[in-house]
Amino acid sequence: MKSLGSIRRAFAPWNDPGAKPYIHFDRVTKKFGDFTAVNDLSLAIYEREFFALLGASGCGKSTLLRMLAGFEEPTSGRIMLDGQDLAGIPPYRRPVNMMFQSYALFPHMSVEKNIAFGLKQEGMPKADVEKRVTEMLKLVKLEPFAKRKPHQLSGGQRQRVALARSVAKRPKVLLLDEPLGALDKKLREETQFELMDLQQELGLTFVVVTHDQEEAMTMADRIAIMDKGQVMQVATPAEVYEAPASRFVAGFVGNVNMFEGKVAERSGNSARITGGTGAEITVENAGEAVKDTEVSFAIRPEKIRISSKRPADAINALQGEVYDIAYLGDMTVYHVRLDDGQMVRAATMNATRVADDPLTWDDRAWISFRPDAGVVLTR
Amino acid sequence: MANAALSSRDADAVAQSLPERLAGAVFSRLVIIVPYLWLLFFFLVPFLIVFKISLSTTAIAMPPYTPVLDFADGLAGFVAQAKELSFDNYVWLTQDPLYYTAYLTSVMVAAVSTVLTLLVGYPIAYGMARAPAALRPTLLMLVILPFWTSFLIRVYAWIGILKPEGLLNQALMGVGIIDSPLIIINTYTAVFIGIVYSYLPFMVLPLYSSLEKMDNSLIEAAQDLGCPPITAFWKITFPLSIPGIVAGCLLVFIPAVGEFVIPDLLGGSQTLMIGKTLWTEFFSNRDWPVSSAVAVILLLILIVPIVIFQNAQARAQEAGR
Repeated sequence: MKSLGSIRRAFAPWNDPGAKPYIHFDRVTKKFGDFTAVNDLSLAIYEREFFALLGASGCGKSTLLRMLAGFEEPTSGRIMLDGQDLAGIPPYRRPVNMMFQSYALFPHMSVEKNIAFGLKQEGMPKADVEKRVTEMLKLVKLEPFAKRKPHQLSGGQRQRVALARSVAKRPKVLLLDEPLGALDKKLREETQFELMDLQQELGLTFVVVTHDQEEAMTMADRIAIMDKGQVMQVATPAEVYEAPASRFVAGFVGNVNMFEGKVAERSGNSARITGGTGAEITVENAGEAVKDTEVSFAIRPEKIRISSKRPADAINALQGEVYDIAYLGDMTVYHVRLDDGQMVRAATMNATRVADDPLTWDDRAWISFRPDAGVVLTR
Repeated sequence: MANAALSSRDADAVAQSLPERLAGAVFSRLVIIVPYLWLLFFFLVPFLIVFKISLSTTAIAMPPYTPVLDFADGLAGFVAQAKELSFDNYVWLTQDPLYYTAYLTSVMVAAVSTVLTLLVGYPIAYGMARAPAALRPTLLMLVILPFWTSFLIRVYAWIGILKPEGLLNQALMGVGIIDSPLIIINTYTAVFIGIVYSYLPFMVLPLYSSLEKMDNSLIEAAQDLGCPPITAFWKITFPLSIPGIVAGCLLVFIPAVGEFVIPDLLGGSQTLMIGKTLWTEFFSNRDWPVSSAVAVILLLILIVPIVIFQNAQARAQEAGR
């Protein structure tokens, strides 16, 4: 898996057994009455990491962030930051700052007063405050708007004020709760890269909560996929996508085709999986699959080839009928109904303007994939 | 937002035919005109009548002032009568210390009561705004509940509580905190208690509405940036509740200045407030012109806070979301 991680950049303290976690959730549980928001969760985040907590609403990701900020105390377990147990430390004494989803800009203060707020609070000399505020305004490109009130700014500008305010104190960790949630798509994409640059420039540890997988994949060094208060997988974006640890993760991140079947044969690292209706799949990376057990074979749509004739060299090939075609510009997604009734998505990059093997609705078609194109999931 | 609303209205206007639009315009004028007519007949006209009486001279007659200004003697008679009008009563108000002392006392009593009401009302409103959302309608109901009983009866009830042999003194003496009854009734203290009690809802409601709509994440943000809760209150919650404070204070101050029932029932003969002075002039002395002049001056005194109130409301609406 190491090769997959290095696709992004040569920063991987999580692979270094000697590296000490900067933030450490140690068997943390948080209950609200009968509801368990976070359930016996352990997680290590490293210094200077851009870490994303990804999950659907109600999965406990925001609770995790709020516990780190000090707005909630864990019911059990402990949270360590830079070797210090955070238990009982109120939010105003924690060396972390948060950027709120609603931005929470103080409406009665100008942009510069908002940014200076935390600095004045910690008793920084006036001249230094002014210097830092100017620096921050420059960083987020809001110098001309210093005297404006929040309600006189656009959504994107407000987001940048919130960001400047939360990094002004140079916190050990910056917590971002859905930082781009309120922006429109175009602005969101631009801002993603701005956030990444900012993190690099300031050398801070970022923990971002998001429900947008594209956002998490783009920005984060590692992603924790959460469900029902537990972490399902912690890995780099590439690993999460290419080597999901479970059916949940495979289904949550991106599109996936799942084939249910039984392991009929195992030899070395490869295996043969037979589906209920006799379809056979040969895989080269069978992992933990044990002979005669039920497993899922997960394969991404873009790793499936679709053609009108069975490719001569194909090891895995299944036949079906084109049920639907979605032309997306950069790619075309075919929905193929296999002869055993299963629907399969196959995505083809439109590398040429005119397809050389045109397929249309109701055509008979073959789908094929390499033995290492998918993953076998036992969980 | 404003643009979107405008453009959709434009679109509606285009869709409507001309007669429909005219009918709509006439209707909206009519709707606006009704409250203005109401104010004209029940505020402006009575005020002008009072103003006119204030320029008259008292007389033993029916009505008890002169001139009456009627057209019985024709236009010439009317003009002759009008010439008798004078500002003598206003001059009189400045000469007798009774009046300006009463005005001053009223303003002072109202101001002190307003501050006391704010001190009592703010924690109540704050507690309500911070209460669980499910509980808030009940708490709001409890604040409004006293209005279901007659104001006069509630003020009378305070006599029973505050008098020397009343409930309060009995309780305090029973517990052994005091040996002899406290003299509260017929003092300014009783007037303050009465005003604070009676006007508390007018303070709590605007305060509550400004505190309740405040985003809790603002407080969290302040704490996150290093403010202990108390500092966060003074730097964030308090400044953001100023529109509510202004509204509440003026809603208490304005009626409290002219208050008659509370000083009369609880303040006894020692307290001198303009509402009582007015009542005495009108009913005991039957001096309609002077009491009218007292009323006109009272109105002028109150115009200043009313204008402040209107401005504050307009500004809050402009800034508010």
